Amino acid sequence: MIEQILFYTLAALALVAAIVVIAQRSPIYSAFALIVVLCSLSGIFAILGSPFIAVIQIVVYAGAVMVLFLFVLMLLNVQKEADDPGGSKPLRTAAAALAAAFAVQVGLVVARARFASGPEQYEASTRKVAELLFSPTFLYVFEATSILILAALVGSIVLAKRDL
Amino acid sequence: MTGSLVQHAVLLSVVLFTLGALGVFLRRNVITIFMCIELMLNAVNLAFVAFSRSLGTFDGQVLVFFVMTVAAAEAAVGLAIVIALHRHRDTLDVDAFNLLKW
Repeated sequence: MIEQILFYTLAALALVAAIVVIAQRSPIYSAFALIVVLCSLSGIFAILGSPFIAVIQIVVYAGAVMVLFLFVLMLLNVQKEADDPGGSKPLRTAAAALAAAFAVQVGLVVARARFASGPEQYEASTRKVAELLFSPTFLYVFEATSILILAALVGSIVLAKRDL
Repeated sequence: MTGSLVQHAVLLSVVLFTLGALGVFLRRNVITIFMCIELMLNAVNLAFVAFSRSLGTFDGQVLVFFVMTVAAAEAAVGLAIVIALHRHRDTLDVDAFNLLKW
């Protein structure tokens, strides 16, 4: 019962904050609203039985990635967007209509689907996730990820040094 | 009980993904667009976690781990590009960035 109350509270919080992210003209406020979304999602992950992902969400997203975003926002001294919405008006209307159509279609499919409730005892502990992560199934993907990180590291340094 | 919780989690993920996609189209600040992409990635993560709960496996958790790694790398490279563009154009408005157009 308490699980459900928490879940729906966090879900409502995430929805409201997500709307603030896209409705806000000032990027700084958007960033803070996004932090609220990420923290609520972390709580939802914990309710769904994934404590490892919940902690990683806080550490990597709310911690590292969002600090990086805020750092760049402060560094570049970003102004609010102009009041007049740029771009063509029909394009924006079409985007909103397409997004609504997408949400309705996928939402209908999900609402009609029947989900298995899964095992009674489900706890994706760090140990179990790590055993799968380092098993032969995912080991090569894991190694590929380290190459990706290295490439990103080198790429961002090169981009930061040279003028485009 | 858990079945409906999973279903509502997937629904929440659909709505969050749509909001993120909408933000990419509606906003003009390139950093806000980046944040909307992060929002979409998080919506996908939520779907992974919900499905992995529903199926009783841990594969979804590992995939979320990889998505987060890619998102972190993408944020680092993307923000480096944003800084370079800002140095070049002195604005963050996406309409001003047409370097690849000819």
